[in-house]
Amino acid sequence: MIRLDSKVPSGPLETKWDRHRFTEKLVSPNNKQAIKVIVVGTGLAGASAASTLGQLGYHVDCFCFHDSPRRAHSIAAQGGINAAKNYQDDGDSIARLFYDTIKGGDFRSREANVYRLAQVSTQIIDQCVALGVPFAREYGGQLANRSFGGVQVSRTFYCRGQTGQQLLLGAYSALCWQIERGQVVMHPRTEMLDLIVVDGHAQGIVVRDLISGRLSVHVAQAVILATGGYSNIFYLSTNATGCNVTATYRAWRQGAAFANPCFTQIHPTAIPPSEEHQAKLTLMSESLRNDGRIWVPKRAGDARAPEDIPESERDYFLERRYPRFGNLVPRDVASRAVKVVCDEGCGVGPGGHGVYLDFAEVIEREGLGLVRERYGNLFEMYQRITGEDAYKAPMRIYPAPHYTMGGLWVDYNLMSTVPGLFVVGEANFADHGANRLGASSLMQGLADGYFILPYTIGHYLATTKNEPIAPDHPDARAAMDRVVARTTKLLEGNGKRTAASFHRALGHIMWNACGMARHRSGLHHALQTIPPLRHDFWCQVAVPGSGETFNQQLEYAGRVADFLDFAELLCHDALHREESCGAHFREEHQTADGEPIRDDERFAFVAAWEYQPNGTPILHKEPLSFEFVQPAMRSYQ
Amino acid sequence: MHFTLNVWRQRGPDDKGAFMTYPAADISPAMSFLEMLDVVNQRLILNGEEPIAFESDCREGICGACSLVINGIPHGPDRGVATCQLYMRRFADETVLTIEPWRAKAFPVIRDLIVDRRALDRIMQAGGYISSNTGGAVDGNTVLIGKDRAETAMDAASCIGCGACVAGCRNASAMLFVAAKVSHLAHLPQGEPERVRRADAMMKAMDREGFGSCGNQYECEAVCPKSISVHFIATFNREFLRSTIAEPGPLTGAPADPHAEFR
Repeated sequence: MIRLDSKVPSGPLETKWDRHRFTEKLVSPNNKQAIKVIVVGTGLAGASAASTLGQLGYHVDCFCFHDSPRRAHSIAAQGGINAAKNYQDDGDSIARLFYDTIKGGDFRSREANVYRLAQVSTQIIDQCVALGVPFAREYGGQLANRSFGGVQVSRTFYCRGQTGQQLLLGAYSALCWQIERGQVVMHPRTEMLDLIVVDGHAQGIVVRDLISGRLSVHVAQAVILATGGYSNIFYLSTNATGCNVTATYRAWRQGAAFANPCFTQIHPTAIPPSEEHQAKLTLMSESLRNDGRIWVPKRAGDARAPEDIPESERDYFLERRYPRFGNLVPRDVASRAVKVVCDEGCGVGPGGHGVYLDFAEVIEREGLGLVRERYGNLFEMYQRITGEDAYKAPMRIYPAPHYTMGGLWVDYNLMSTVPGLFVVGEANFADHGANRLGASSLMQGLADGYFILPYTIGHYLATTKNEPIAPDHPDARAAMDRVVARTTKLLEGNGKRTAASFHRALGHIMWNACGMARHRSGLHHALQTIPPLRHDFWCQVAVPGSGETFNQQLEYAGRVADFLDFAELLCHDALHREESCGAHFREEHQTADGEPIRDDERFAFVAAWEYQPNGTPILHKEPLSFEFVQPAMRSYQ
Repeated sequence: MHFTLNVWRQRGPDDKGAFMTYPAADISPAMSFLEMLDVVNQRLILNGEEPIAFESDCREGICGACSLVINGIPHGPDRGVATCQLYMRRFADETVLTIEPWRAKAFPVIRDLIVDRRALDRIMQAGGYISSNTGGAVDGNTVLIGKDRAETAMDAASCIGCGACVAGCRNASAMLFVAAKVSHLAHLPQGEPERVRRADAMMKAMDREGFGSCGNQYECEAVCPKSISVHFIATFNREFLRSTIAEPGPLTGAPADPHAEFR
């Protein structure tokens, strides 16, 4: 039976983390060398955690399924990383970053965690500069900042449109140093397939070597999951094609509570899907909304070319509905407004899944040269993908599944409900609440890995007497047996349909029932259609080859199988949350104007789900109390 | 659209490997090159054949996983583009597309179109970093870096580590990859203390891994999906020369023992 204890220290917000760090027990330097920890994943959170733990003197076994730790999907983040440096003297502070993050998450995150995140944000920038991250600079040599995601201060640090890449390469280079020193042993092309829990403590993992197919057991005194988000459950998303839920889902089955799975963010400005065989959606930077005007034809089914539609027959729906913020409303608000006009039949492009993002006015006002300078690379990317010239005709955009705020439940120490299992970065649920602000995901990944986990894991290791188990321990063998049984079953399919076709079918169900808007009836329908799809999957999936060799289809089928299971948990959570908050919009809970209605009386809690073998998962609630900010209605009217 | 694919099939590093021909029928011009391969693979699977193994992940040109030689050119005919951002409308209908893996001694084939690029990681581990602990870094603004310098460092740092420079080079040299990293750090004050040792160690690691030497053919720049300039090779040569004049000091090879004082 799971008991949720957030372990948030009492006392003033500003001193919680300092006091907590002082009361935490330390591991003495000469004891650290006898301790081994496992890190799964090498994105911002995993690479920063593994390198810092190595630097501290622990022995680290680090795993990733890519050929190199540098390829984790953090590499694709474009915009920037927030930090409360107040270099601009424009009114920023730790308190303001804390407040913006709490409010942006629609008051569904823990105050203490978010405050700590804002506090360490300033250290992250310094550490990245020390590692040689080439942040944008002013002529005088100081760090440059820009504004991002609708906040009113300039607190975002950036490396052109490749901030995620440069931050990841910084953490990767720190990892390379520790690999060279022998403190970290890197295991690339290795996928975690199960968690080993002994006497209630995480003690190791079962992995598959993706080249030889060999399964093996790795044991340690603690396991850290840094395995990212699960947006690929929608099939089409902005995630890399390899992103998946397998590691966190396997851990869930071994007793780690899964929190707020229904909080999935939809990004408003992606290139629309064009055809059935599309593999992923490409994000267009949100900065385009600074200068582009979004519109659709007023008349449903109007098939004229955009230049043939006169001004009087265009609906600039964001400017009409939100006159104060116009095209710059937050992500969730913009995405839903696009859905509304497309549902009314006014969408443009193939299948009516798109709206125009029009630069004609800014080109007329400020000249082509300026637009080319500001957004040239994005226009080029758009042209390559769609074959259309957005300088001449408006771009078409459509929302796409992006970041997932839900993840494994963790306490203030980033430890899950399984002692010894720590979860960092996007894989945990903490910090972003029901909606993530732009430029905050990179901040959380690095905060967890560089500056929080290395402190908190020490306390666990100092106060828990567990020697590493033998690799043939009965619990390790049981985990291995589970993996073998599953792999064998996948290979026994009857071979009528590919794993990809099941993934597409599941994505279709999830996008319609649990995407930008959710409704009781749609969620019920999804919960009825997922089990037969899963049944068909296990009877009919075609997985060629064997388990003892390199087999990409086997890897993929295993991930799809977990998505098929996890989809139900996501729908259960969305069904249970009878309110609209952040990225979770329940159609039953909206005002006459279509604005979301949050219900703080009944739903100011974290929903943490406990796995039940052969049964409906059990819901546990961690109440959220707001001592330092007053929850207010988010309004952008 | 209809294409004929000539694909290199090889079961493992010790297998001989051969070109096989597959039809790619009913391909839409809006598909990316990798989506076209996905479609072909789906058909192969349903025919009971093993799909063509190739690597990709982000599919937006930044992770560096995709690595295909298309009609003799790494990442295909477009300049400054990774394979995942190449679209089928770029090709004429009914053409033959020859698809091969990166070919280099230092990149053994794992299967079909996938090669082992760990040699690049090992070069990075030899010195492609700044040794910096997480405790007590000074405020970022106390390290002043002029805008132009920061921009040049960023130009070099934008390498995605795909290895196309090696595949495009007749000597299979990793010079552009190494030069990009050395130049990135050489342009920053934080890289200064280790610059001599870094250039020396990374050059030695490149030789150890079996990469060839640079012949100034500039093919690396021509095929680089991030259009990284060969000027950085000149920067690297200067850094390396400096390391031959100055004493580079011992390599970081031997693991340090952080607990020596407690023994």
